Amino acid sequence: MSFSISKVDKRVGRETYLADIDLHLESGSQNVILGRTLAGKTTLLRIMAGLDRPSRGGIAENGKDVTGVSVRKRNVAMVYQQFVNYPSLSVFHNIASPLKLAGMAKADITARVGSVAAVLHIDHLLERLPQELSGGQQQRTAIARALVKDASLLLLDEPLVNLDYKLREELRTELRDIFSKRDSIVVYTTTEPSEALMLGGNLVVMHEGRVLQTGRAEEVYRCPASVTVAEILSDPPINVLRTRVDQTMAHLGDGLSVPLDGHLAGLAPGDYFFGVRSHHLFLHRQHPRDIELHARVELAEINGSETFIHMTYNGRPLVVQEEGVHQRRIDEAVSFFVRPRKFYIFDRDGALVRAPLFEDA
Amino acid sequence: MKVNGRQIVLLLYLGFLLLPIYWLVNMSFQTTEEILGTFSLVPEKFTLANYRMIFTDSSWYMGYINSIKYVLLNTVISLSVALPAAYAFSRFRFLGDKHMFFWLLTNRMSPPAVFLLPFFNFYQTVGLFDTHIAVALAHCLFNVPLAVWILEGFMSGIPREIDETAFIDGYSFPRFFFTIFIPLVKAGIGVTAFFCFMFSWVELLLARTLTTVNAKPIAATMTRTISAAGMDWGGLAAAGVLTMIPGAIVIWFVRNYMAKGFALGRV
Repeated sequence: MSFSISKVDKRVGRETYLADIDLHLESGSQNVILGRTLAGKTTLLRIMAGLDRPSRGGIAENGKDVTGVSVRKRNVAMVYQQFVNYPSLSVFHNIASPLKLAGMAKADITARVGSVAAVLHIDHLLERLPQELSGGQQQRTAIARALVKDASLLLLDEPLVNLDYKLREELRTELRDIFSKRDSIVVYTTTEPSEALMLGGNLVVMHEGRVLQTGRAEEVYRCPASVTVAEILSDPPINVLRTRVDQTMAHLGDGLSVPLDGHLAGLAPGDYFFGVRSHHLFLHRQHPRDIELHARVELAEINGSETFIHMTYNGRPLVVQEEGVHQRRIDEAVSFFVRPRKFYIFDRDGALVRAPLFEDA
Repeated sequence: MKVNGRQIVLLLYLGFLLLPIYWLVNMSFQTTEEILGTFSLVPEKFTLANYRMIFTDSSWYMGYINSIKYVLLNTVISLSVALPAAYAFSRFRFLGDKHMFFWLLTNRMSPPAVFLLPFFNFYQTVGLFDTHIAVALAHCLFNVPLAVWILEGFMSGIPREIDETAFIDGYSFPRFFFTIFIPLVKAGIGVTAFFCFMFSWVELLLARTLTTVNAKPIAATMTRTISAAGMDWGGLAAAGVLTMIPGAIVIWFVRNYMAKGFALGRV
């Protein structure tokens, strides 16, 4: 099956929730919609499911227009961010309900529910009521109910966001395996870049109701089309330095200049933004060609295996992500190092001009 | 057990509240002569004659039957009308929804006496006068708005996603409503039924005016006990005790949800 969204707008009152969305999804594909909160991810999923109607544009299955077709007549499954189960039904009957409504034979239902529950490790809980389960188990039940029927469109709206860290990682890996075995269209939304990249497949980057970029996850990560995409796609967001390029050198401010060679060669003179990811900034020199920059520490966050040092350079905030524990006092002067070949170059409007070479990205 | 000042105050308050009820129960087990003649904290000559009189005299016990009939009718009508209405108010946005919702409640703000004349005249005309359904319908005027408000509160506490999940799973609306949704708001339905029952049970003015013989409520019977032999105090007291029992039974079932009901389901 193929599923396409064409020219979809969604306005509620005076606010625009979605603007000009065009997407085409093929069956068997895994699609991750990445965007911050209020990017319109949930609105888009609801329109895809048929729960809401777009203000303009339409959705089509296999080329057949299904805009406004009741969700009951569509073959979709959806998992919400909140744990939504039928409180009065046991886990078994929760999972079985789509099958029962489809008129499946009792023995088949038992077998199907059993196998899906086993995949999600809730087969020992089938007799319980949802409120007797932990949050993770409740969400597993909701996911099982979505997986049990062969929906051609499987929508998951930030399914793991309300779970604790450990459980999230565990379920994420399981989900990736489960999705890869299905030939339905899977659409998964998340705010977390690492989750999006880990699930892989197609990535759709959304921001303020618009789709900014689509493509294979690795490709989008390697070549973000704009500063905004690059910011959404890494956590902490990509660092951006205001840079002036003349005939021979790029001036990063504070009298620091780098020659235009490598992937910088031949850059037309003008104003640019140079982007560099936090894990490509170091507190110590890694390579003779590294350049040294100076700034003052504003905050040092230590999370155990890594330290995030926040500072301001040339009027813009920067974050250095360094492995290990590094104590830095607030307002302490630090120098940090960056390799010019790691720079992403964006023009003044934020569009990507050059990306680092493949092995450097 | 240590008794502190706070407990003593509470006990005094409880005694103060219970005194009239105790006195009523006390009187119901006495003969009218004892009630009028002596001051007794417990019945000197314990008698069940008053209760026997009520359960054997059809003009008495029919009062209870009439009351229960129209109260139950009213509760059923109110709930079956209010359930879909409350669902609509809680789930859909439509033109004038908020105004209509508030207008419903304003029906409770006018005194019943205002509606007395129109109801009386109307029922006389259409031949509903002195029937149980007449009283039940008249009481809907107060109970339907209240039921809608209470149920709407309970229903709005149920996440909309449950409805959507059910529709995605393929439930038809009636099937979803009866098998999934109603069980979720059953506490609300219980509380609503209690409030409908209570208001209809204690309402006297409309019930008395709209009936004469066939559907005369117990409260009306109780106001007409003066006979040639004077006032039947014992019988009246026994009738009073019996009037309180149905309410007490209903309260028992919804005791855990009462506070939420008084807050119109919005806690």
